[in-house]
Amino acid sequence: MISYTGKFSIYFVLELGRVFIFAGQSLYYFFGQRSPLSQLLFAIREVGLRCVLIVSIVGLFTGLVMGLQLYYTLVKFGAQSALGTAVALSLIRELGPVLTALMVVGQAGSALASELGIQRNDEQIDALSSMGIRPLGYLIGPRLLAGLICFPILTTFFDLIGIFGGYITGSLLLNVDAGVYWHRVYTSVQLADVLGGYLKAIVFGFICMTICLYYGYYTHLKSELRGVRGVSQTATRAVVCSSICVLAADYLITSFLI
Amino acid sequence: MDGPILKVRGLTKIFKQQVVLDALDLDIPANSVTTIIGRSGIGKSVLLKCLANIWPAQAGTMHYGEQVAAIGQHSLRQAFNLNFSYMFQNNALFDSMTASENIALPLRECTKLSTADINDRVQALLETMDLRGCADKYPAELSGGMQKRVALARALIVEPQIVFFDEPTTGLDPERKYTVFNMIAECRRQFKFAAVLVSHDIPEVFQISDRIAWIDRGKIQCVGDREQIYKHSDTVLKNLLTNAGIGR
Repeated sequence: MISYTGKFSIYFVLELGRVFIFAGQSLYYFFGQRSPLSQLLFAIREVGLRCVLIVSIVGLFTGLVMGLQLYYTLVKFGAQSALGTAVALSLIRELGPVLTALMVVGQAGSALASELGIQRNDEQIDALSSMGIRPLGYLIGPRLLAGLICFPILTTFFDLIGIFGGYITGSLLLNVDAGVYWHRVYTSVQLADVLGGYLKAIVFGFICMTICLYYGYYTHLKSELRGVRGVSQTATRAVVCSSICVLAADYLITSFLI
Repeated sequence: MDGPILKVRGLTKIFKQQVVLDALDLDIPANSVTTIIGRSGIGKSVLLKCLANIWPAQAGTMHYGEQVAAIGQHSLRQAFNLNFSYMFQNNALFDSMTASENIALPLRECTKLSTADINDRVQALLETMDLRGCADKYPAELSGGMQKRVALARALIVEPQIVFFDEPTTGLDPERKYTVFNMIAECRRQFKFAAVLVSHDIPEVFQISDRIAWIDRGKIQCVGDREQIYKHSDTVLKNLLTNAGIGR
């Protein structure tokens, strides 16, 4: 047991180091590319636009459910007027960044991991190396940076639509006064809450993108299976690993922020 | 045949404690076709990938004229400003790019040529390679032979001095094999590069080869023309040739 724990710890630390070197080199080489801006814009379209719809839908339903649940909790204490505060702070501080990250991992992260896995299996990544193009700068860098840019924007979408969802249930369906709801949202949300949410979004963006891209890029080393089955296995592992790391990072960041 | 454009000395590649290439030496003459033959799994493709800097090597040096560089630390491009290309067994075309985008990629990402110049060069090469009408098609929409030609065009667009061909005729029928070998020979004459081929297609590949290198036990055991290879006394090589239908 001790030996296993030791081996796992060494593996974990080594792997963590490899992931950070992978991310650092990717960003460094990215800025050495010939046309980084066009690659970045393409990656933003790939990572960001692909997820707008799903993030909006999930944000709306999360807001709707929260409006419902919190109303019936608050009404027991006669505090239904605090619905706007509860919905807005829960979303901005916690649920927005976390659920956005999980949605983006499911939507874009898995697709990126699979795409890179297929490129690895088809020797397309080796082909880039043979042409003198650095695959890390060409394939990974723009997507990683796109993740860092898109996560806060998608989180903002999620938060705003979620707060609007809370308004639909709270005010339109359960008759909380609309003015009170929006006033509470406006007065209770502080700059620190918004910045904390963005900090989480950026950290989650880094974690999700790096892990998914790392698994996809090294699919031949990360899976004991070969071919399509290997690709599907690494994509699944990338999603699971990213999701766990997001939740763990959320706990850590929240502990520091509170 | 010209003198060596590149000399490889002491190339060593080890995979999980198994020595695949053991201080291998090889000379690559300019303006010629060098074919590497050997048994399956003996390290022919590994040799090519180490030379093309796709895989790192544990030891070895490359010599270009008076200049020397360590294999694996510098590519031919970085060390000697030598342009080289690699043609993969399965073509390794980018399936989300059209044929012309595939061909233009090395120029677009590695040179400072303008878009107009790149387009002109791609169009000219498409004409030369008889790929008119394929420019806007994706690799999946092209036949196997067309894909090979697009891959070759992508390799040639940078006007390389050396082109590495990793089993370029794998999975093709005999007629197409001849077509691909003729295409390589014709392009080599036209573009004047040194070709290094790995192939199992013996004796067909001998038709276009100026020199044949036989690799076994991690080293180049014998280099020469077709006749010298046929006359070699090693039983492993004789078995290889016999299995290929030579000397039965």
